[in-house]
Amino acid sequence: MTAQDLSATLPLLLLTGWACVLMLLDAFIPAERKDLTAGLAALGIVVALGALAPRFGQTTEAFGGMLVVDGFASFLDVVFLGSGLLGIALAYDYLKRMGIERGEYYSLLLFSICGMMLMGRAADLIIVFLALELLSIPLYVLSGFAVPRLESEEAALKYFLLGAFATGFVVYGIALTYGALGSTRMEAILATVRPGATPPGLLLVGMGLILIGFGFKVAAVPFHMWTPDVYQGAPSSVTAFMSVGAKAGGFAALLRLLISALPDLAVAWAPAAAWISALTMVWANFAAIAQPNVKRMLAYSSIAHAGYILMALAASASSEVAPQAASAALFYLAAYAVTNLGAWGVVLSMEKQEGAGLSIDDYAGLGQRRPGLALAMTAFMLSLTGVPPTIGFVGKFFLFGAAIQAGLVWLALIGVITSLVSAYYYLRVVVVMYMRPGEPEARSERWLSAGLGLAALATVVFGILPGPLLALAERAGLMALVP
Amino acid sequence: MMNTMDPLLLSLVTFFPVVGAVLVLALPRGGKNSARWIGLGASGLTFFVSLIVLARFDLQDPELQLVTRLPWIRVAGWTIEYHLGIDGLSLLLVLLTTLLTPISILSTWTAVEDRVREFIAFFLLLETGMVGVFLAQDLFLFYVFWEFTLVPMYFLIGIWGGPRRIYAALKFFLYTMAGSILMLLAILWLALEAGTFSVPDLAAQSGIPPQAQTWLFLAFAAAFAIKVPMWPLHSWLPDAHVEAPTAGSVILAGVLLKMGTYGFLRFNLPLFPEASIRFAPWIALLAVIGILYGAAVSYAQRDVKKLVAFSSVSHLGFVMLGLFALNPQGIQGGILQMVNHGLSTGALFLIVGMIYERRHTREIDAFGGLWKVMPVFAALTLIVTLSSMGLPGLNGFVGEFTILLGAFGSQAIGSGWYAGLAALGVILAAIYMLHMFQKMFLGPTDKRENQMLKDLNAREVITLIPLILLIFWIGLYPKPFFDLMAPSVDRLVAALQSASLALR
Repeated sequence: MTAQDLSATLPLLLLTGWACVLMLLDAFIPAERKDLTAGLAALGIVVALGALAPRFGQTTEAFGGMLVVDGFASFLDVVFLGSGLLGIALAYDYLKRMGIERGEYYSLLLFSICGMMLMGRAADLIIVFLALELLSIPLYVLSGFAVPRLESEEAALKYFLLGAFATGFVVYGIALTYGALGSTRMEAILATVRPGATPPGLLLVGMGLILIGFGFKVAAVPFHMWTPDVYQGAPSSVTAFMSVGAKAGGFAALLRLLISALPDLAVAWAPAAAWISALTMVWANFAAIAQPNVKRMLAYSSIAHAGYILMALAASASSEVAPQAASAALFYLAAYAVTNLGAWGVVLSMEKQEGAGLSIDDYAGLGQRRPGLALAMTAFMLSLTGVPPTIGFVGKFFLFGAAIQAGLVWLALIGVITSLVSAYYYLRVVVVMYMRPGEPEARSERWLSAGLGLAALATVVFGILPGPLLALAERAGLMALVP
Repeated sequence: MMNTMDPLLLSLVTFFPVVGAVLVLALPRGGKNSARWIGLGASGLTFFVSLIVLARFDLQDPELQLVTRLPWIRVAGWTIEYHLGIDGLSLLLVLLTTLLTPISILSTWTAVEDRVREFIAFFLLLETGMVGVFLAQDLFLFYVFWEFTLVPMYFLIGIWGGPRRIYAALKFFLYTMAGSILMLLAILWLALEAGTFSVPDLAAQSGIPPQAQTWLFLAFAAAFAIKVPMWPLHSWLPDAHVEAPTAGSVILAGVLLKMGTYGFLRFNLPLFPEASIRFAPWIALLAVIGILYGAAVSYAQRDVKKLVAFSSVSHLGFVMLGLFALNPQGIQGGILQMVNHGLSTGALFLIVGMIYERRHTREIDAFGGLWKVMPVFAALTLIVTLSSMGLPGLNGFVGEFTILLGAFGSQAIGSGWYAGLAALGVILAAIYMLHMFQKMFLGPTDKRENQMLKDLNAREVITLIPLILLIFWIGLYPKPFFDLMAPSVDRLVAALQSASLALR
């Protein structure tokens, strides 16, 4: 290991090490002082963020080209770490209240973040596989964290089985790719696949399998069946993190692999991405309308958003649009992370024991009783719909722009029409909060409020002044192209 | 000294209401009257600032004035700017907005007792959105304001509306959004093709191929036609109007609908001139159908508020007919008629609100002989009614007459029949308006509930007086109003004419 390897992967190493240490330390922290574990976990994330800062946006290779650290990875690192931090803030009170507060929660969360960060840096398919496992396994465990609650166990089992199934696809795809090209290095893949030449059939099948595997991970239709059940059954704090982190991790791999390693095969994968995108947007948005349960509704909503991001993937097929499409996808991921975590934060503060308080009707009267909370939720719902002045609108604007630039006007049209459909179910939450009488009870706790407030603020402020964040995403999108 | 302020003026008009909204929300719970006063103060000051804008406005200059242009978002070759400007096409509408907002707030003094703070805050936010729509000269900025107006209006209808408010609010939101998302795609396509989001720059670099113009025209028109609303896209309007609280209806009819007609004027005509010329007869046809249909349906209404709502469909048909005459008289008449409709229909909704507050019903049959018990109210209502039906000497006549003149001589529309049929609408308006007035105000006061009604109080008279003064002013001496818009309109018409020459 050289000094360069070390410095390039410092944030990742720090966080991994800290997660291990935390697991040990936690054994000595008494049960009533688990706030200490949470605090230490948050501290680890902050330190990792700090370690990220000096090399932010620079491009270096590490470990003989197995890993690459660039603007793309750095941008996603911030998304992952930020989501982790928010995830801890939102989870802390919830775990205690639900009686499932155990220290491992936080170390598992950190491990999962490590997996995501590794995914952002992967320049080799083997690393992609490693990262995928490191990302997923802690999430399987976390989904079942509310044991012995049956739904939680069921969610964990479902997630595990389907996740393992999906990983199987990915591994087999990697194997076939290796068989076709003789290398798992993305750089080598890029060099081997000649533009214009007929790609080996083995490679096409391998790529298809990888696409399917990640289709499961990002929950795109028709590989989404597990999502509503798992999202509903898992403890809400886990779902909050999972719906953002796991999706962003999956897209990190897809973007890196397809845009920077396989651009010459775009003829093959771009139409697939476009159709999956269209199918996902239509199916999920219509299915979400019928959901009376908030968690299920947000589950379908998260599927729908995977469809929107896939639109960028489809648009990146044309090489002039690729950098812009990649940066639009990255920006959208950040927008989605902030907004969705915030929305789940509201769900967390409304949920009661035994799954009470999870029906949309339970939000009746929230606008009167808790104006601040209702206002935040309104901002999140409008942002998910894509109404200005919110970050979600800016995200959709650039996403649709990339699609139109790539000539995919039909896909953009489906995108806007399904956004209109989504307005119906997102607004229903607003309707219930402000226009129906009720006496809801919502938790009010320091960290929860801080996390929620921060998310709401970011949703609106970046909606009005998205410039700096867009510039970062733009630089990150450009760098994704340089292997 | 004033000159250094100039670039800030338009931003001030746009965002000053937000300051008021923040102040209102910062109030402790329950401070109903202070919320009302802050709302009135903030919107009153905004009106004052808009008068300064009027004073600084150069009558001879057809270009955008008092321009603020700053880079806002710059990525990957997309330049989005914070670009505000005002010209003859938008000046009157901005003034109308800033005038109607304080009047509406004044009208809610006793009508809204529930969640007053939020009501005022939403109202002020709505004002920012509306003024922004009229001032934005960047497509992205325009779209942000355009969509943003949906949010406060949605809450105003949904929280403070009538019994079917939730349905009406949702319908309003979804209907309008359905149109604007198509416009969003068109904006993206247009801006990416042309490399700029700036409206004046886009208008200057004409040369969008005709095929593309057709689609872009239709996509923009979808958003605007729903907002106007043009027949047959009007079905959200009666629901929204009937359920909205009085002040909401005033703003909805007075300003929000004008955003649609203004959109045609600001975007469709200058950006897609060839398509505008080609579509002019079709738009005129829809406008005339709207005029006659709106009038006929108004006559059949038993609910006054519904009657006024449907009459808007008819009146805005006139505006559309005027705009798509594509000649100076037609467009000037169209713009003036937007203002006229804002004044008289705004006043009518205020009047409906006043009577509803007293009797809690809006059924025409529940009234009769009100003149005897409420003489002041009746007299004021008569003036507004006559203005709305276009009696010479009042504002409606000037607008409608100019529009008909324009439509008769219009080459783009191509036939005098449209104007002829539209003129029938004026007669129909007289019938349904007088029918309503007669049933409610004349005859014996035979219902016992009506015999004890109190006449208007000072506050209510104050809310109506400015509108009535303007109704007379425009009716008797409209020249200053036409002077404000003439240079800009002439420039627009010149551009349209060179496009029509190119078509031949």
